[in-house]
Amino acid sequence: MSVNTASGISVPQPTGCSQRPILHERGQHEVFCGLTGIMWLHRKIQDAFFLIVGSRTCAHLMQSAAGVMIFAEPRFGTAIMEERDLAGIGDMHDELDAVVEKLLKRRPEIRLLFLVGSCPSEVIKLDLGRAAQRLSQRHNPSVRILNYSGSGIETTFTQGEDNCLASIVPTLPPEPKDAPANLMVVGALSDVVEDQFNRLFEEMGIGPVRFLPARLADDMPPVGENTVFLLAQPFLTETKRALEERGAKHIPAIFPLGAEGTTQWLKAAADVFNVSETTFESVVEKPRERAERAISQHREKLNGKSAFFFPDSQLEIPLARFLYEELGMDTSEVGTPYLNRNILAPDLNRLPDSMRVSEGQDVDRQLDRCRDDNPDIVVCGLGLANPLEVEGLTTKWSIELVFTPIQGYEQAGDLAELFARPLNRRTRLAV
Amino acid sequence: MQLTVWTYEGPPHVGAMRVATAMTDLHYVLHAPQGDTYADLLFTMIERRKKRPPVTFTTFQARDLGGDTSQLFMDAARDAQARFEPAAMIVGASCTGELIQDDPGGLAKTLGLPIPVIPLELPSYSKKENWGASETFYQLVRNLASHGPDKEPFDGVSCNIVGPTALGFRHRDDVREIVNLLEAFGVTVNVVAPLDAEVRDILRLKQADFNVCLYPETGMTACQWMKRQFKQPFTQTVPIGVGATIDFLKEVATLAGLSEDHVETFLQEHDSRLPWYSRSIDSTYLTGKRVFVFGDATHALSIARVAKEEMGYEVVGMGTYSREFARDVRELAESYGLEALITDDYLEVEDAIEQLQPELVLGSQMERHIAKRLGLPCAVISSPVHVQDFPARYSPQMGFEGANVLFDTLVHPLTMGLEEHLLHMFRDDFEFNDDAGPSHLGHSAKQKTNSKAAQTTETQKSVDLVWTQDAEQELKKIPFFVRGKARRNTEKYASTRGLAEITMETLYEAKSHFSR
Repeated sequence: MSVNTASGISVPQPTGCSQRPILHERGQHEVFCGLTGIMWLHRKIQDAFFLIVGSRTCAHLMQSAAGVMIFAEPRFGTAIMEERDLAGIGDMHDELDAVVEKLLKRRPEIRLLFLVGSCPSEVIKLDLGRAAQRLSQRHNPSVRILNYSGSGIETTFTQGEDNCLASIVPTLPPEPKDAPANLMVVGALSDVVEDQFNRLFEEMGIGPVRFLPARLADDMPPVGENTVFLLAQPFLTETKRALEERGAKHIPAIFPLGAEGTTQWLKAAADVFNVSETTFESVVEKPRERAERAISQHREKLNGKSAFFFPDSQLEIPLARFLYEELGMDTSEVGTPYLNRNILAPDLNRLPDSMRVSEGQDVDRQLDRCRDDNPDIVVCGLGLANPLEVEGLTTKWSIELVFTPIQGYEQAGDLAELFARPLNRRTRLAV
Repeated sequence: MQLTVWTYEGPPHVGAMRVATAMTDLHYVLHAPQGDTYADLLFTMIERRKKRPPVTFTTFQARDLGGDTSQLFMDAARDAQARFEPAAMIVGASCTGELIQDDPGGLAKTLGLPIPVIPLELPSYSKKENWGASETFYQLVRNLASHGPDKEPFDGVSCNIVGPTALGFRHRDDVREIVNLLEAFGVTVNVVAPLDAEVRDILRLKQADFNVCLYPETGMTACQWMKRQFKQPFTQTVPIGVGATIDFLKEVATLAGLSEDHVETFLQEHDSRLPWYSRSIDSTYLTGKRVFVFGDATHALSIARVAKEEMGYEVVGMGTYSREFARDVRELAESYGLEALITDDYLEVEDAIEQLQPELVLGSQMERHIAKRLGLPCAVISSPVHVQDFPARYSPQMGFEGANVLFDTLVHPLTMGLEEHLLHMFRDDFEFNDDAGPSHLGHSAKQKTNSKAAQTTETQKSVDLVWTQDAEQELKKIPFFVRGKARRNTEKYASTRGLAEITMETLYEAKSHFSR
């Protein structure tokens, strides 16, 4: 089955939505909220500022979560609501306007400002959409002001990026109806990975390729009915929906992790653009072989080992696919905070039926299951890792899989190494 | 609404977590959305604790808000009791939980749990972390301590040590140092709390004759209550530094009924290397080093005294983010002829440091970052903490060993004695120059060339003062760590004398005028 775009290009429909049973969990979630996405988004979009409208907890999270205060003046901050704001002594919108005024005066280079909703601002129903509109008018045209929610009552970790990108989509410039078919890659990637993908697509003759988000606010890609897009990250449910509303078509694919993942992902786009088999092979042959070689060094050590994923970034299912197909590892449970069956069907269909897939979390019960499974490596968040190490389990911090370039051929070896290193360390230590 | 990037303290429920995590069998059920669990990593990553904090988060979501979030809380509390079987439970709400007004205390009461349940009211929008820790421990003491057995006769004198928590700056090592010090001094330590205490230890608090209030930020409220309730006096001196440790021992002697002779004999047998190290001639170069001190009130007060009286530094600025203890800090600052900086806005602290151009910054991890940006030497002496502030080695701040540690801490970031002289003598040496930084610190100390400070000091020339070229050249030969001060002093000198031009002559006139 396929859908035709206005330019005559056809995009396949996802097939065989996995019908496997899913374990739905409800209870204590040991995950970050969506605000955490600001950690990488504020580095990615170089002239954007992220202003959280929240509490002291939000500010404390931001400086504790990544454990970094490395940026002289990071392009994020928190407007901390205080008692007088909540008591209605001051008008919250006036207060916010004043904070934004002060901020923009201090940072005149900022072109795009995100007002980021938090748990408290959502609960008191502070209308940040209205605030963004009002402030946009006031600061037009030097600064554009958008809003999205990164609150923990609505978002988990990477869903913050999803909401952020989804808030940008309606502001993307329109692509003319008669524009030729064009490819957009969606989801924040490290610059080096972006450049690699760009080169590969260009060699295939697909171009120009646009990336969302762009590195500068004014360079955000145009979108229209002739836009087809690949997701570079699996957590972009809302962004995908928003792009589809603008007429763009999603190309279903497994995610670009490892040699196989990257090949299939590139191939999905190549097929849409009718790139010949010969051209495709000639472009990917060398980097694919490099990736396979890099992975094989780690496969020797990882083959036959078992893994257990606690929910974190929604990257878990593509990662489990990579471990299973490319490293010969078995995963007893793959936990994800939220399962988008549609986006993840291609990856999910490649997982063996024996693999337990869980959505949501009751952390204490999941810890019980993890101890029962006794995996060789546990992929989990920072709050759980050290206590599990004490219990004798080997862990990999999941956040590193989000903060490290892992996509694409040239990073495939690095990705495998991230799983090999904790096991390697165990064998080295004699204390 | 307050705009902030970094904060000195977390919200008050993080303070409550520090108390719950410090204790061995207390559980905290927190009505909070997902995401607030980030606080677990403070303990498992930064402090490298081996167990998860004993905290259950109810994890309510947006879709629960229209429904029954109070049921969610009750289920979480009941499950937590069944799973963890704590000896007591504290219940409360985080900032978002506070807004939905479910009354965790009242809900927990209806559950009829077989353990004491203590409700916490921690106003997230007006209070902060240390207050939260203090209030939590106070509530524990107030609700539990009276139920313990009456004071039994004891052959000797005993005290409690009150205030140390999880995630505290060097609390682990301070407690060991002070317990050993007191025991050697002839005072039995009855209970240390909350750090490593069991719930039933709280019931034993009243067995002691007096309390040692080790960290006023977290322990003072409980100490004041026990003074009223159990007639237990508490110590006012925090034993950081040699002088303060001696004062502390004298205070303890008074509370314990020990003689002055006992104190004297004890001090002859126990001391610190700090006094001799400070008097040894190698330390002469420390004389009058201009230092800036900032931290929680306890550490700011103590370290300012150590810097001034025991290291021979000149304290040129000091302050705290602990507003609750602002008065004490203001008083000490005033006695040094300074106005204390009381703020929790790190940008204000940064401005103050930039203005003062101290030769050494003694602060928290926040000041470490500021100092790094400004290219100034810095040592960390207070919370907020980072993983480096939990060293593997024994490293107390308190007592005599703590004073030894402090001597090293307060000297290490500086360029050492003879090295500093050589820098003055051979300013243009191609490899041994300003930009090289202290030789024992590798290349990491070399930051200043593009720092904000360097830029601002270079452009800070006031409009009506002109530096002649030779004066400007000469100024550049002065080592970087005093160059800012030299420029300011010279300009001050010139403007008070109404000079429009600064020549080499003016530079040396000013140097002579301000020489110490």
